[in-house]
Amino acid sequence: MADTQSKGLIGRFLAASPDSVGKTLFIAVAVCLVASMIVSTAAVSLRPVQEVNRKRDKQLNVLQVAGLYEPGIKVAEAFAAFEPQVLDLETGEFTDQFDAANFDDLAAAQDPELSRALDNDPAGIGRQSRYKTVYLLREENGDLDKVILPVHGYGLWSTLYGFIAVEENGNDIFGLQFYQHGETPGLGAEVDNPRWKSLWSGKKLHDESGELQISVAKAQGPAGPDHHIDALAGATLTSVGVDNLVKFWMGEEGYAPFLAALKAGEL
Amino acid sequence: MAQTKKDMLVDPLVDNNPITLQVLGICSALAVTSSLQVAFVMTLAVTFVTAFSSMFISMLRNQIPSSIRIIVQMVIIASLVILVDQVLKAYAFEISKTLSVFVGLIITNCIVMGRAEAFAMSNPPVASFVDGIGNGLGYGLILMLVGIIRELFGSGSLFGITILETVNNGGWYVPNGMLLLPPSAFFVIGLLIWGFRTWKPQQVEEREYKIQNVEAH
Repeated sequence: MADTQSKGLIGRFLAASPDSVGKTLFIAVAVCLVASMIVSTAAVSLRPVQEVNRKRDKQLNVLQVAGLYEPGIKVAEAFAAFEPQVLDLETGEFTDQFDAANFDDLAAAQDPELSRALDNDPAGIGRQSRYKTVYLLREENGDLDKVILPVHGYGLWSTLYGFIAVEENGNDIFGLQFYQHGETPGLGAEVDNPRWKSLWSGKKLHDESGELQISVAKAQGPAGPDHHIDALAGATLTSVGVDNLVKFWMGEEGYAPFLAALKAGEL
Repeated sequence: MAQTKKDMLVDPLVDNNPITLQVLGICSALAVTSSLQVAFVMTLAVTFVTAFSSMFISMLRNQIPSSIRIIVQMVIIASLVILVDQVLKAYAFEISKTLSVFVGLIITNCIVMGRAEAFAMSNPPVASFVDGIGNGLGYGLILMLVGIIRELFGSGSLFGITILETVNNGGWYVPNGMLLLPPSAFFVIGLLIWGFRTWKPQQVEEREYKIQNVEAH
């Protein structure tokens, strides 16, 4: 076949039957290779812009959980009202080891120097950073109004990342909000439902004796309505996850020393 | 198939609409039509994916082995969907959060696969591209119609701009909350299909059975 030779290697390849084994393998590998290159190029080149969005979204969520968000406000400007501080979880005191505006506590959780592996890990987070960035909101006269504490933990499919706003007395919850999660839309994703989130407002973390009593459950516990948030219908495991993560972060391994300091009025 | 390019573009809008005639892509049409803005972005995303996946698949159509053709189509479609998802996350973060999984689910939108398999595998690239645009727009047309009805009567606004002042904001309009829930889109799409088939009776499918002996009495 003289004419096939004159077409060269590529010509012969294109003319070959697509159903031969060699060509099937070649097409499979080639398509995957090209597709993965396009996808990874897009992911890498768009990452800086996405990071900016994510940071802005985080600030927006801090504003929302503190009840300061109104549609149309300039997020970065409004966010300046908050005073970021890096908190040493163990002592419950602020540390100036790090630059609070840029300290990334989630990245620190991967750093063996700054974090610890959890033996008892109800929130399912593996490693916990010893330092967390918290946001303080002060009234005009300088008195502390609220603190915004970052929390995260595992739900059903995904880790939920969010904030809890606690009043200056270290006991009353002002609000809870998740800014990132991958729970089932319509079921677990109802953690974003404003009506459910409003249930958190005014709940108390501890009872009179100082015991941590807050719980997310179907039925109200013996601690009474002040410490009970109704679980989400149809999302048992997400509710359990939220219950665990709130208990974990408000407990001894979380913000308990800091909350005690707040209660004592040391700030 | 002596269709002109213009026919390919216009046909799927009414005469051969993927939602009302072929009844494909209903799932996402229920989920993303409670607000027009989201429906609009979804339309753009699906049109982009359908057009370019059809074009690339058509370019490769003589080289794709038939034994792995669905997988090859899926790889191309999935890559384009990830591309759209990444771009949305970078430039329309709020909307990408609202669309959440439904961007990813464009991969399983029957319209995209349907056009790849039914048209792109046997037609040249440019025609496939135009066909993809046409079907994307046909899908979008219904999305927008449903979106207009649901947003206007469900929350009294269009594209987020208040048209009917709702009672909650001190106006007179009592919004119909049911229209904000996904099932309402079933009713709206059903009524649209009824409307389309009354307007174009040739779209009515033949009955699968006929009652015999009509003249026997």
